[in-house]
Amino acid sequence: MTEIVRSASAGTMESSDVYVEIEPGQAGIELRLESVVKGQFGPAIEEVVREVLDQCGVENAKVSVRDRGALDCVIRSRVETAVKRGRGNT
Amino acid sequence: MNGKVVKSIREAISLAGLKDGMTISFHHHLRNGDYVLNLVMEEVARLGIRDLTVNASSLFDIHLPLLDHIQSHVVTGIQTDYMSAALGREISRGAMEKPVQFRTHGGRPSDIALGRTPIDVAFIAAPAADPMGNCSGKYGKSACGSLGYAYPDAMYAKKVVVITDNLVDYPLLDWSIPESYVDYVVCVEEIGNPKGIVSGTTQITRDPVGLVMAQNAAKVIQYSGLLKEGFSFQTGAGGASLAAAKFLKDIMLRQQIQGSFGLGGITGYMVDMLQAGCFRSLLDVQCFDLKAVESIRTDPRHQEISAMHYASPSHRSAVVDSLDVVILGATEIDTDFNVNVHTDSSGCIMGGSGGHSDTAAGAKLAMIIAPMFRARLPIVTDHVTCVSTPGKDIDVLVTQGGIAVNEKNRELKERLTAAGLPVLDIHELKEKAERITGKPRKMPRGERTVAEVISREGTLQDVIYSVPDQD
Repeated sequence: MTEIVRSASAGTMESSDVYVEIEPGQAGIELRLESVVKGQFGPAIEEVVREVLDQCGVENAKVSVRDRGALDCVIRSRVETAVKRGRGNT
Repeated sequence: MNGKVVKSIREAISLAGLKDGMTISFHHHLRNGDYVLNLVMEEVARLGIRDLTVNASSLFDIHLPLLDHIQSHVVTGIQTDYMSAALGREISRGAMEKPVQFRTHGGRPSDIALGRTPIDVAFIAAPAADPMGNCSGKYGKSACGSLGYAYPDAMYAKKVVVITDNLVDYPLLDWSIPESYVDYVVCVEEIGNPKGIVSGTTQITRDPVGLVMAQNAAKVIQYSGLLKEGFSFQTGAGGASLAAAKFLKDIMLRQQIQGSFGLGGITGYMVDMLQAGCFRSLLDVQCFDLKAVESIRTDPRHQEISAMHYASPSHRSAVVDSLDVVILGATEIDTDFNVNVHTDSSGCIMGGSGGHSDTAAGAKLAMIIAPMFRARLPIVTDHVTCVSTPGKDIDVLVTQGGIAVNEKNRELKERLTAAGLPVLDIHELKEKAERITGKPRKMPRGERTVAEVISREGTLQDVIYSVPDQD
C-alpha cells in the first residue's frame, strides 16, 4: 500500500526535534513548514522532507512540519515514521 | 520613629525633585520577581513626567510594562547590562527611537562613578530597611541576599530612595547600604514575588552532551597549571557550568587543593564547594538561589561585595583582577574568539554581557563552554552577530566535539595537548559542526541601530541592528 489512508504524526515539539503530521490528500504533496531556523535552513528542510516522501513513494498527502531545530537525520526519521503510521503499519 | 519614611512612592518622587529629562536607576537583585521598577514607573507616568532615561543593572520579562512607558514617551532612554528575551525582541523590532546602551557589570559602576552616566534619582528595592535607610538584602520575605549592584546607585545618585516591604526598628544591623547615602524610605506591601527573586536549586545537567562538555571543562582547568593552593574561580548558573563545577570539586577534593575564593553570581553549588573546603571564601555580588541567600546571611566566609569591588575597571582594583579561572557561556563565538551573548543567531536581543567581559578581561583563563550547535545552529561562526566580549580576552572554547585554544595562549595549548585532551583548531571545530548541521544561510539584518554595546572601559565596542519583520 502506498497511499496515506489516515491522519498520523511522529516526533515532538522539544527543542532539536520536529513534529510531523500527515493526512490523506488528492493534490500531490501539500507541505506546510514552520521552523525556528527557517531563515537559516528553510529550503534545506523542505528539500529533505520532499526527498523522504519521494523515497517512500508518497504521491498525495497533506504534510505539516513543525521544526524545532532538528538535524537532517531526525527530520528523515520523523517523516518516515509518520508515513508508515499514515499507511496503517504502526 | 519616622526618620526618613515618606508615605508613598509618589511622595518620594516629588520630594526627590524628579523632572522631565532626568535619569532614574534600579538594581536587579529581585530579578524576574521585581515589582519595584514597575511600581515606580506607574507613579512617574501618573505624575506626567516625560523623557526619562532608565538606568537598570538588568531588565527582565517582568519589566515588559516598560514598553507602554516607551510608547508614551515617559521613557526615552535605556541603559542596562542585560535584557531578557521578551523585552529584547521588542527593542530589536525598533520599539525605541534612541538606541539602548548596554554596559557590563563592571562598566556600569565605573561609568556612574566617573560621571559619564549620572543618576538623578536611584530607587533601591530593599528586602529589609530601617526608618533612616540602613538596608540589607539578607532578611525578610523578599530576601535576595547580596545587594552588590545597588552600591554605585546609592553612592553616586543625587537622590536615593529606599523602597522596602520590611521596615524594621532602628538600627538595622548587618546593613549593606548605610543610611548616610539615603534620602527617603518608602514602605510598600510587596517589593517582589519570592518565586521570581530566587530560584530553587538549579539542577546539574543530565544531558550527555552537557556532561561531556563539563568533563572537558574540568580537565582543561586541571591541566591548565592554575589549579593549585589558592586557586580562584567563577562559574555561571547554567546546567553545564554547574556540572563542570561538580567535576572540578571532585578533582579539588581528591588532590586536596583549597582555593582562595569563589566569585560571582553565587549558586548553592558554590556554597557546597565552600562547605566542602574547596574554597576559603565566597565573594558574592549577587545570589542566585535560596541556598546562597541562607549562606550569605549565616556564614562569615561568604562576603557581599559591591559591583565596583567585583568588576570596575576604573577603581583602584577589583576582584576580577585576581581571578584565575572563569567559565562563561556564548550564543556565538567566531574564529577570532569574539563572543556574542547579546543576541541570538537571528540578531534578536536576548541577553547582555553582565559580568562576561569583566571576568574574561580579568581572569588568567577565560573559558567558553558551549555545545557545537544548539537547535541546529552552529556555535562557531565566521563573524559573531555582535561582539559582546572581544576575542583577545578569551583563552579557550570547550565543546563536546573538541577544545579550541586561542593562539594567544600557546602555553595552554601545549599543556592541554600534552595532557592528551582533544585539542583542535577553531576552524576545524566550525567545519566539524557544519558537517552535522549543514551550513546556515546568513540572516538579513535591519537598517536601524537599536543598541550600542559599550566596552567595560566606556568606549563603543559594537552596535546591534534591528531585525526585519518576519514573514
